[in-house]
Amino acid sequence: MSEQMSDDDERQQSPPSDLDFASNKARTCIVTGSVSGHTEFQSPYPDQVLENVLENVLHFLTSRRDRNTASLVCKSWYRVEALTRSELFIGNCYAVSPARATARFTRVRALHLKGRPRFADFNLMPPDWGAHFNPWVLAFAKACPWLEKVYLKRMSVTDDDLATLAESFLGFKELVLVCCDGFGTSGLSIFVSKCRQLKVLDLIESEVSDDETDWILCFPEGESHLESLIFDCVEYPINFEALERLVARSPSLKKLKLNRYVSIGQLYRLMVQAPQLTHLGTGSFSPSEIAGQGDQEPDYVTAFAACKSLVCLSGFREIIPDYLPAIYPICANLTSLNFSYANITAEQLKPIISNCHKLQVFWVLDSICDEGLQAVAATCKELRELRVFPVDAREDSDGPVSEVGFQAISEGCRKLQSILYFCQRMTNAAVIAMSRNCPDLVVFRLCIMGRHRPDHVTGEPMDDGFGAIVMNCKKLTRLAVSGLLTDKAFDYIGRYGKLVRTLSVAFAGDSDMALKYVLEGCPQLQKLEIRDSPFGDAALCSGLHHYYNMRFLWMSSCRLTHQGCQQIARAMPRLVVEVIRSADEEEMDVCVQTLYMYRSLEGPRNDAPKFVTIL
Amino acid sequence: MEVGRKMANMLGTDHDLNFKETELCLGLPGGIAVVAAGNETESSSSPKTNGKRGFSETVDLKLNLQSKESTMDLNKNLDDNGSKEKSGSAKDPAKPPAKAQVVGWPPVRSYRKNIMANQKNSSEESGNSGAALVKVSMDGAPYLRKVDLKMYKSYQELSDALAKMFSSFTMGNYGPQGMIDFMNESKLMDLLNSSDYVPSYEDKDGDWMLVGDVPWQMFVDSCKRLRIMKGSEAIGLAPRAMEKCKSRA
Repeated sequence: MSEQMSDDDERQQSPPSDLDFASNKARTCIVTGSVSGHTEFQSPYPDQVLENVLENVLHFLTSRRDRNTASLVCKSWYRVEALTRSELFIGNCYAVSPARATARFTRVRALHLKGRPRFADFNLMPPDWGAHFNPWVLAFAKACPWLEKVYLKRMSVTDDDLATLAESFLGFKELVLVCCDGFGTSGLSIFVSKCRQLKVLDLIESEVSDDETDWILCFPEGESHLESLIFDCVEYPINFEALERLVARSPSLKKLKLNRYVSIGQLYRLMVQAPQLTHLGTGSFSPSEIAGQGDQEPDYVTAFAACKSLVCLSGFREIIPDYLPAIYPICANLTSLNFSYANITAEQLKPIISNCHKLQVFWVLDSICDEGLQAVAATCKELRELRVFPVDAREDSDGPVSEVGFQAISEGCRKLQSILYFCQRMTNAAVIAMSRNCPDLVVFRLCIMGRHRPDHVTGEPMDDGFGAIVMNCKKLTRLAVSGLLTDKAFDYIGRYGKLVRTLSVAFAGDSDMALKYVLEGCPQLQKLEIRDSPFGDAALCSGLHHYYNMRFLWMSSCRLTHQGCQQIARAMPRLVVEVIRSADEEEMDVCVQTLYMYRSLEGPRNDAPKFVTIL
Repeated sequence: MEVGRKMANMLGTDHDLNFKETELCLGLPGGIAVVAAGNETESSSSPKTNGKRGFSETVDLKLNLQSKESTMDLNKNLDDNGSKEKSGSAKDPAKPPAKAQVVGWPPVRSYRKNIMANQKNSSEESGNSGAALVKVSMDGAPYLRKVDLKMYKSYQELSDALAKMFSSFTMGNYGPQGMIDFMNESKLMDLLNSSDYVPSYEDKDGDWMLVGDVPWQMFVDSCKRLRIMKGSEAIGLAPRAMEKCKSRA
């Protein structure tokens, strides 16, 4: 267990020796090894010079995994590492408190925090569960005023928090909010008006409420330092004239992703101002309705051709496919193309994709059908990441893509590393083919949308397909399974998925054995999310040896009881065991609707809402 | 496979478990689809269509509608709404959940689902099919209808068509041109204080307005959906509608 704890790249809590949670390794080193000794003697270290050298050297260490390891060498290294860590990553905001984090890492420049569990995105949990940014921003405002960058995922951020960010951190430069909520345009207004050094403002798939404030207008006058402005998720119109002026005075702007209220005519005007863009989100990609009928259409092709550095293209929120040819000039340079909001056919895709020889990342809707995927496979030999989303995300809808397109991709795109594929039909044969054709796969997420659906040719469960994936893809770290799966599939995963860190399971398995296989077989497992599968208390107990090595375990609509969860909570004091019920349920049932448990140095959190019970 | 099914049966407490054999159906035995207006892109008239809801608990007979108008159409409309309702979490005990609409499955973020749903709506309404299809809901009615605004040339025609559809609702007194006189506050207030139903609509900006505040053609271009509500409820819309009217003038 101690080895695993120290190698774990997520843990920020390699604690000082006074905590009884410390790994044996650390304790041993402190007792026997360190040059500066064990030390309660604060005054002159015999090797002050050595520490200074160490500090200079450790500055170069960037990987957080390496840093965690370095911090365990001895107390001196621990201290110096803490002083030199400039990027702080906390994978679960409840695993460690803001106070503890700021006490240890005093010179942090960049903070990366993750909050809610991923299954919350699918409405499996009532809103207002937690993950508030507020205590963090307040703690850092006091302790680390030179913080420059904040990256949040699935957290709740209020307008006040945005104001605090802008007011407390003088040199603040970058804010990235992914899947966040709780704030609105008024918070944005304050934020942008006060952050004079702002370089990056990226709002990605976040919910921004409309307080009817013109936040674009609030960017200060004069030359701006903006390098990246992403607001495609803002579902309200913006002040285009103000945006145009902003872009004109942002010579360093490289990334610009517009929302769907920007018409193609307006896009043109922006592109003309900013031909240096490398990443562009096109907004609606259709004309505004009020454009005059007789007006001359701008020369979109020339505008795109002028953007010689453009490598990443997205947007197309309300695409009129007639305008697609405008992007022909840049296809050959594109490394990333996101058509996942563009309901286009194979015919409309082909002329574009046939020029995208350098494409590495491609997100698309299944409207392109198997035929479209075949076209992708024919050209995009450098493809590393493919995501195919459903136009119609329901179980019984027609499936325009199937194992045919899937297999074509596996045959054409041999360098594939990451795939997310939604479909209605799949075969083991196609999945096995991909496991052989694409040995570099690191992320494999297949979502057969019908629950419990077997191989549609043989009628067999999908066990062998997923088994082949874990067997043949030796670098696999993330896996999401679907379709009809028996315990056998999980036996394969436990046996061969030795590097798997994230596993997502839904409507699968026959018995507790399945979960046991995984918990006993996958030493690298850190994030396990399960829904609607027949796993009970016995299975839960089989993971006791491993839970401290994991970031979290999520199990909803399984067969857990309160008693079972209580047992776990008692056996593992450093685990926070949350039982979550739906917002309107008053009584605690014998059966547990949702279990969410995670390791933490802080014990039960004090901001849990009524529908959460911490055991 | 059967094992898997049994598992699903035993598991889901708040999840739908209706399989095809046991689902409730509405509509005539032959599965005839009487489509109110316009075209549906989803699979329509075959009896094996998905998402049929059992409405025995919720049919509200206030509207005095003919039974043959309870059609397949309502299922498709509900499926359109399905994404929004689903994401609000399926906790309405009165309506049995439609088949296969399990909470959070497939695992597509509501953000993305909403965007696709909005796109579908707007492509049906705007020029793509040559029709201006909008959904019409009426407070108290168990289902939605759709109308093609381009089939009518004036508010009066629209009013007549809506009246036929929702036969017990009466559109207030609109004056000779069918336009509400917004400058006359007292007339407006009379209308809204009555228990008659008034139609309201959502415009391009997402605001809810009283029908009749702009010239007909402008209305057709900007109307995204219609909602027929009680006059008393629509009072909240009146001040805003007047403001917008003034700012347009």
